[in-house]
Amino acid sequence: MKKLLSAALAATMFTGLAQAAEVKIGYVTTLSTGGAVVGNDVKKGVELAIEHLGGKMGDLDINLIWGDDGFKPETGKQATDKLVKQDNVDFVAGYVWSNVLLASRKSALDAGKFLIGSNAGPGPIAGKLCHKNFFSTSWQNDQATMAMGEVLNQKGVKSIYIIAPNYAAGKGMVAGVKRTFKGDVLGTDMTTWPTQLDFSAELAKAKASGADALWVFYPGKAGGAFMKQYQQAGLKDSMPLYTSFTVDALSLPKFQAAGFNDVLGTQFALQWGPSMDNPQNKRFVADFRAKHDAFPSFYAAQAYDSMFLMDSAVSAVNGDLTNMDGMRDAMMANTYASVRGDYSYGNNHFPIQAYYLREVVVGEDGNWTTKIVQTISEGQADPYAKDCKM
Amino acid sequence: MDYTLLFVQVLNGLQLGLLLFLVASGLTLVFGILDFVNLAHGSIYMFGAFIGASLTLLLGNFLLAVVIAVPLTGVLGYGIERLLARNLYDKDHLDHVLGSFGLILVLDTAAHMIWGPAGISVPLPAWLDGQVELFAGAVIPTYRLLIIAVGLAVAGGLLWLVNYTKLGMLIRAGASNRTMVSALGIDIQTLFALVFALGAMLAGLAGMLIAPITTASIGMGGQIIITTFVVIIIGGIGSMKGAFIGAIIIGLIDTLGRSFLDQLFELFMSESAAETAAPAVSAMMIYILMAAVLAVRPQGLFPPKVR
Amino acid sequence: MGKITKIGWVTAIGMVALAVLPPFFLMTGQAFYLDLATRLVILAIAAVSLNLILGFGGMVSFGHAAFIGLGAYAVGIPAHHATWGGFDLIASYNGLLHLALAIGISALFALITGAISLRTKGVYFIMITMAFGQMAFFLFQSLDVYNGDDGLTIDVRSELPWINLDEPLQLYGLAYVSLVVAMLLTRMIVNSRFGMVLQGAKGNDERMVTLGFNTYFYRLTAYVISGAMCGYSGFLLGNFTTFISPDMMHWTRSGELMFMVILGGASTMFGPVLGSSVFILVEELFSHFTVFWHLPFGLMLIGVVLFIRGGLMGLFKGKRG
Repeated sequence: MKKLLSAALAATMFTGLAQAAEVKIGYVTTLSTGGAVVGNDVKKGVELAIEHLGGKMGDLDINLIWGDDGFKPETGKQATDKLVKQDNVDFVAGYVWSNVLLASRKSALDAGKFLIGSNAGPGPIAGKLCHKNFFSTSWQNDQATMAMGEVLNQKGVKSIYIIAPNYAAGKGMVAGVKRTFKGDVLGTDMTTWPTQLDFSAELAKAKASGADALWVFYPGKAGGAFMKQYQQAGLKDSMPLYTSFTVDALSLPKFQAAGFNDVLGTQFALQWGPSMDNPQNKRFVADFRAKHDAFPSFYAAQAYDSMFLMDSAVSAVNGDLTNMDGMRDAMMANTYASVRGDYSYGNNHFPIQAYYLREVVVGEDGNWTTKIVQTISEGQADPYAKDCKM
Repeated sequence: MDYTLLFVQVLNGLQLGLLLFLVASGLTLVFGILDFVNLAHGSIYMFGAFIGASLTLLLGNFLLAVVIAVPLTGVLGYGIERLLARNLYDKDHLDHVLGSFGLILVLDTAAHMIWGPAGISVPLPAWLDGQVELFAGAVIPTYRLLIIAVGLAVAGGLLWLVNYTKLGMLIRAGASNRTMVSALGIDIQTLFALVFALGAMLAGLAGMLIAPITTASIGMGGQIIITTFVVIIIGGIGSMKGAFIGAIIIGLIDTLGRSFLDQLFELFMSESAAETAAPAVSAMMIYILMAAVLAVRPQGLFPPKVR
Repeated sequence: MGKITKIGWVTAIGMVALAVLPPFFLMTGQAFYLDLATRLVILAIAAVSLNLILGFGGMVSFGHAAFIGLGAYAVGIPAHHATWGGFDLIASYNGLLHLALAIGISALFALITGAISLRTKGVYFIMITMAFGQMAFFLFQSLDVYNGDDGLTIDVRSELPWINLDEPLQLYGLAYVSLVVAMLLTRMIVNSRFGMVLQGAKGNDERMVTLGFNTYFYRLTAYVISGAMCGYSGFLLGNFTTFISPDMMHWTRSGELMFMVILGGASTMFGPVLGSSVFILVEELFSHFTVFWHLPFGLMLIGVVLFIRGGLMGLFKGKRG
């Protein structure tokens, strides 16, 4: 035992001296407050990826350091500063919330680090503020909701009412729906984020508007509160609900436990689903379920992908982390196996990818999950790409 | 003007107001009688929600869970009084604010550690999960009507308790003259502990009632506590009547602001500007009201006579 | 007299440590600790400003974070327009303009809100200052041009003569010198006739009124000075973090500021500095070990309130205290 300890000590001292033997990744997500429900799933995705990578990227050991954004832009920026200045990481990755990413972006990029967004995709970073060292493994916020607008058109919806939170992502999501939806938007309510969880006034307004359908965007725990109140208001027959990033693998078990049957059958657009048939996804979903007894959420899937994207970069330069150009080219070429299947990067380093319509169903084992019902679009650049001078 | 919508929104505002009253009544009791500023009152509200939610999932019956959970939050309040609040009574308000600020951090983190970050959704029995059509077009969820009914019942009970019972008399006397009450042979320490526990039960009940709507979640206490303080400051600290009227006013202003302010704003600004400005301004309105009330009446609308 | 007291020693050692350690951190490649020290010193200035009215004037302001936010937005808004266009009147990177705006607007906000708040007493004062702070918070949350809730990134720091704020050490130097000036200024005010009246009114308002002093006016003046000083710390904080958001004005931030003052010891010169130092360092230490660091932190807060009379500075006081 003693021998083992001293060996471990010697090993850590050795790696401490020979710095290039590891790749340092700072991963920022939400680990405290109610937002941690998302952050913990991100963590599970990352940890599973490290397991599947055998703890190594190329020949380098993975040294992953977590940063907690506390659900606040300012705290997220401080966490990023710390990772960059104190830990001197090679990659900064993560970011669930668009406002946190916007606040932290400068700290990471000015220090010459790669910044890998695994969820947030605010418009400015895809457009005017695009940067050669930023890559996203998720989406640009408007994309999924633009696909949703197309779905509404295809279903012959003539008018909608919109309810969404008043922050960076909410505004982007709303803009996306409005961009592609051809019918009338009879009203838009932007609610205080993240504090407002009682939507009685907004639901009453939506009902009074007489719109054909209701579209909402409420990520994380707010989604649960919204779905519940939608059910209580009894609007299912008169005003069907379409959502974006509101129903996910994190909330479905809770909905099922609480018996919210109105959630069954709701549809949303996404670039990934647990049922997708490719080897990488099958391994990811199966091992995730075996380990955590739950379906992975898209947050976990994208976080999982982000680790493999970085792996492809590190492997391409044979562990020479000073070769930024080589790593950038490797990520741009996008050769890693994504759980969503193949996609490519646009000029702004956001994915150009297919979107699918997913529906909430009762799975084979009785647990609620989602299945893909159709392909909505095969992939196009986001609307901000043209503002990106890269 | 859509009068049906207006009617529904007034009911929504009333429901929010009564919920605020449940929290505010406990706060004003503790504040008015014990002269103790308890910022952590909101955290007790959160604990009430979590305890009620856990018991509902455990027992499979929401109402039974509430009946058991209310006394449990009373015990929690009693414990807080014994361990912390009691030692702060003879210090100044600043120490109360800081001590209970520390307690918020402790309770919120404890809730996070016990129940996890996800929060708990609370299923309702089928008969409460539907809607009631009051008249053509005016449909509101049955459960919200229940909150209104419970809120009104509790308000009536509290006014009766404070004004017409021996306990109420002692409470009022204890507020104005502590030494005299103890001279009468009343154990003032026990009385204070009971008042604190009663306040905790009221806050806990409010938390349990809101949980089936918004889910029980970390941080819900911090969101409601400041609004509640606004309520009792407007109403006059220590006044039950003031807390009631203040809560209804705030509930209505908040709900009606959220529903109609954007339309009002659209009269003089662009639609998109109105959509984003309206929620923030309606959030600001209650503070503007409070500042205005205090500027005119520095003791609130209904300051208790004995002070 | 003439002998240096225990408190004097603590103050001297503390101030020397703050002067010497941070440059040392930078030289040894620990840029992060210089950051920590900068944040600490800037918040210490805010705490010193709050102490002027809370400690010496007995005015418990629960909305002081609003001034920090106003000062920070006085940097962020002109810089935002200078970068992205619009609002030509104030669009500028000129640090002197930012400084004038930060101090001027904070003072004006203090004058207006103070005039109303000071009509109330005791717990009503605590709550009305909190309400004004929340108003500022929601106001900036609603300002969509400045990204509302999502906050503003400051791309270019204030440009000042002789000093380059992009240099971490120069920024720290400015903050440190500002802290010393703020402390000396507070000392001067407290020991002046004005300060005597202020402290007299804290102890016994009626007596000062009967003596013919308009205590309301004295209090208001102190409140405005404190607000302006706190706004100045916001100017520094904006330039330091280069990211500002309405969150800086939230009531919990005001609570933290109050705690720093009480922790160190209200109505002492060095107390607020000691308080903010301990606060920031303990926060950093606890959060390093667990995401649940708020729990021990809250317990510490309660312990301080219950057991330490007169804050940490009280521990250094002789028996006379």
